[in-house]
Amino acid sequence: MAVIANPDAALQQRDPGPSRSGKDGLWSQIKKHRWNYVFVAPMVVLLVMFTIWPIVASWAYGFFDWDGFGPLEDFIGLDNYREAAGDPAFWRAFGNTFWFAAASLFVQAPLALLFALLLNNPRLFGRNVYRVLIFIPVVSTTAVVGLVFSVLLDTNRGPINVVLTQLGLDPVNFLGDSTTALATVIAVETWRGLGITMIYWLAALQTIPAELYEAAKIDGAGKWRMFRSITVPLLAPFAAIILLLTFITSFNAFDIVQTMTAGGPNGASDIVQTYIFRYAFAPTQFIPRFGFASAAALLFGMVVMVITLVQILVVRRARRRAAGLEAAR
Amino acid sequence: MTATLTRTSADTTPTAARPPRRGGGLRRQRSMGRAGRAVTHAILLPLVFLWVYPYAWSMVSSIRPQAETLLGGASLIPDELTFSNFERAWEQARFETYTTNTVIVTIAVVILTIAISALAGYALGRGNMPGKKIIIGTLIVTMFLPKGFTIIPVFLLIDSLGINNSLWAVILAEAGPAHIMPILLYIGYFASIPRDLQEAATVDGAGYVRTFWSVMFPMARPVTATVAIFSFIGAWNAFLVPLVFTLSAPELRTLGVGIYAFFGENSIDWGGLAAASVIAVVPVIAVFLWLQKYFVDGIAGSIKG
Repeated sequence: MAVIANPDAALQQRDPGPSRSGKDGLWSQIKKHRWNYVFVAPMVVLLVMFTIWPIVASWAYGFFDWDGFGPLEDFIGLDNYREAAGDPAFWRAFGNTFWFAAASLFVQAPLALLFALLLNNPRLFGRNVYRVLIFIPVVSTTAVVGLVFSVLLDTNRGPINVVLTQLGLDPVNFLGDSTTALATVIAVETWRGLGITMIYWLAALQTIPAELYEAAKIDGAGKWRMFRSITVPLLAPFAAIILLLTFITSFNAFDIVQTMTAGGPNGASDIVQTYIFRYAFAPTQFIPRFGFASAAALLFGMVVMVITLVQILVVRRARRRAAGLEAAR
Repeated sequence: MTATLTRTSADTTPTAARPPRRGGGLRRQRSMGRAGRAVTHAILLPLVFLWVYPYAWSMVSSIRPQAETLLGGASLIPDELTFSNFERAWEQARFETYTTNTVIVTIAVVILTIAISALAGYALGRGNMPGKKIIIGTLIVTMFLPKGFTIIPVFLLIDSLGINNSLWAVILAEAGPAHIMPILLYIGYFASIPRDLQEAATVDGAGYVRTFWSVMFPMARPVTATVAIFSFIGAWNAFLVPLVFTLSAPELRTLGVGIYAFFGENSIDWGGLAAASVIAVVPVIAVFLWLQKYFVDGIAGSIKG
């Protein structure tokens, strides 16, 4: 994924054969590389089947009123798109999805940085144990995490409410109350994914040479000064990419939402993925609406694609500027 | 610098920031470091408790009698030990089947992912054929497509291949779209192998396939380990894909989907849920602990440009 910041790197390789622009025609080039094509073929076939075709097909399905069975014949033009765009429940799910993204950028990433700074101390006893414990939810089955938390948060007998009651507080219906459901699910998702962001930050921190700090110490710099003048500027180029990765990951909250609330109560914690899932695979009127769900998926997918591409351009520009500064020095 | 944060919270005397005398300053700094570390532990221990508690609760609830769990409470000390939760989950709730399915799906996905991405990574990392830039460019663009938004066409595609309602559906839908990071890792690795080595193999009479299979692929073992653990964890924990493909075939459920269905039907059987959670989560945590070096390396590699 290093390629995110610098896609050209993967392309700039030595040419092992004779120059491509030379006298060889395209056909003889292709013949010369026949084994390369054979090796790359399975991947290309799967890429077309499972990535490119689904994008194309989503566009097409979106124009039909279709339950997924029988031929595509009930062409309804833009009606599905219009219906999705006019459905307050869709926009609610849309907005909630961005709450997940906002929490990942403004809560999870800073919190993970805090953990990383604390755990980057090589003399801290047990730091690997801390790291592993915080990381374990990342590798645990998210669906299981969601279900265990829905028990822990149960209003009547869940351990968390038992403790609240013992402290003399009123029990909170975390997942059943539309004012707390979304925040609760986001909190659990933040808890679950914090470990991976922490590892990103730790990896970034480890690129900072220790000599810099030693030199600064000899110059009499305090810890805060070192943080401000060494850690922050050297971390900045990584911060862009870490925030980008965290942001992209935040759109995959289906597992946790579906298992904790399935989007409820009354859509309070619905996200676009659960909205689509419900229309296509768990319809309340028992007629799946593949066309409509495809349209909704596409509307959202496009928005995310555009936002992500803008971010990538920003990251690349930041990196290039950093590289330019380095070169100018 | 790691003590940065600990220091700002631990240390209130401004003079300590600038040690006036070298010798005394060093000693002071060392003892300050110890105090700083104590504060770090004081911050971390209660936080880490939040990370441990759900696991501790599941473990304990899985081995204490159903009635005790039903009484609720936050206690982590069981009055009595029993395996009845595991027996109920394993036999009556079909978690034996779910575990078998998960193992089959996971192994197949890992093997397919390694095979497909190692082959593609080799061709793209060492070859320089026409069309290579287009392929890599497409891969990179699709990397940013959010997952799960194309589940409907994928479902219909698998359905039209006639393999819906078999584990192959889950395997193919899981292994089909998930290769971008592994391919990029293999491209990077294979591109970095010196050409002399390949030439030596050619001189020895090895053809393209032989060179790959007996020289290059074994050399890429660290990448293979990283890819294996990532795809293992991804496939073991998958939820949306197996959920969609087993909606009408409960006997094909994987563990994550099985637990979801189990809780949907028996939402008061917390003991059974806890036992099922332990069955689902312990193997993947064990594999992670075993191969964590490769896992963490892979993650770290993904942010370094």
